[in-house]
Amino acid sequence: MDEKFFDSFHDPVIAGPLAERLSSLETSRPLTLMHVCGTHEHSLAKAGIRSMLPPGLRLVAGPGCPVCVCPASDISLAIQAARLPGVILTTFGDMFRVPSGDTTLELLKAEGADVRVVYSPLDALSIAMDEPEREVVFMAVGFETTIAPIAAAIRTVSVSNFSVITSLRVVPPALKFLLERSEGVLDGFILPGHVSIVLGREGYSFLEDAGIPGVIAGFEPVDMLHGILELVRMVEAGPPFETANLYKRVVTEEGNRKARELIDGVFEVSDSNWRGIGSIPGSGLRLRAEFSRFDAVEKMNLSPDPNAVDVMPGCICHKVILGEAESEDCPLFGTGCTPRMPVGPCMVSSEGTCRARYQYRQV
Amino acid sequence: MCLAIPMRITQMEGDDAVVEAGGIKKKVRLDLLDGVVEGDYILIHTGYAIEKLDKAEALETLELIKQVYRAGMTHDPESGSGS
Ligand code: SF4
Repeated sequence: MDEKFFDSFHDPVIAGPLAERLSSLETSRPLTLMHVCGTHEHSLAKAGIRSMLPPGLRLVAGPGCPVCVCPASDISLAIQAARLPGVILTTFGDMFRVPSGDTTLELLKAEGADVRVVYSPLDALSIAMDEPEREVVFMAVGFETTIAPIAAAIRTVSVSNFSVITSLRVVPPALKFLLERSEGVLDGFILPGHVSIVLGREGYSFLEDAGIPGVIAGFEPVDMLHGILELVRMVEAGPPFETANLYKRVVTEEGNRKARELIDGVFEVSDSNWRGIGSIPGSGLRLRAEFSRFDAVEKMNLSPDPNAVDVMPGCICHKVILGEAESEDCPLFGTGCTPRMPVGPCMVSSEGTCRARYQYRQV
Repeated sequence: MCLAIPMRITQMEGDDAVVEAGGIKKKVRLDLLDGVVEGDYILIHTGYAIEKLDKAEALETLELIKQVYRAGMTHDPESGSGS
């Protein structure tokens, strides 16, 4: 029964009137809203919400897929590690097929490298415990929601044959960067529900200072529709803007403090490269000195491939993740680039904008 | 990759717990949360519980949506078995 209760958020009887309201919405001027979450893109595509948007309302997908923004040079580190004798390279499934240079981890595996897909950093750790004579490297990719479990796992490591390649990014500096770059084009943000669990509503006070409205939204159709409607209402009502939390069933004012403390204890802030975007100051995390023994790059003397190409010829993924182009604008979309034969990372990851659009495209 | 799943805690021992949803059972870690008890609904992400689901807040959100958008309900959420 209780399980059913949380199902209300994808109940069509509740979503229906919201969808109707959305498609009949009239805005006083053309508006552009951005979400920055791969799971939001997936939900939007799955529920067909984009086709309900009224004329004049644009909803673009920002750099919300951690796999898509992981630069080829970071993947080149994982590829180097996987080629070393005795190494077991572990990573999340979505990373498996992201190209770097002329190869992927999947291709390496086919050539005999020991590459394993894990669901949790704990799975990587238990492989290290089961195979003490091998070095287990975990390619850690993610935003706040994934970083907290990775930090928690690192704290519990009791073996010496486990290390990580970190490609971790935090959302607030990226939002600030996007705001500056968009020069007033963006009217509001739909904020990522799961990242917000860690940050809390308070974590977005900088948006209020910047005078831009934001709503924290969950992932069910009701959440998404409610989020868009509320954000449009806020934009139309005008400043001052206060970030609205519409996902109160899991996101609190102050967020998950314990998770943030764990993250801060294990990692420190660094600048970070985002695929196709470039370096965003303060947007990355690296291991603190006291955890450097888990740094695979130091441990195995890895160096990023300076020639690793982030944007493949013809791919406009970098524009898609900045909201400057739609997947459908790409000449390769659905023809030269499909989930089976992806050209860019946006088509590889299940959270990638191109992949979500392709999977749920109207045929 | 970020698809967090709501599940119910059926068993716990320290930071280890067993959770269940739709007949599927999983072992998860509770390192990121304080004060959870058996029966709580939690969101799971990469093997860790990342937050507790708050039923009262969920009800309030639904109620608000219902009022503002006159959206209907197929069932009365209050009639759940409670926890
Ligand atoms: S469709 Fe493929 S090639 Fe085109 S932008 Fe998307 S990922 Fe890149």
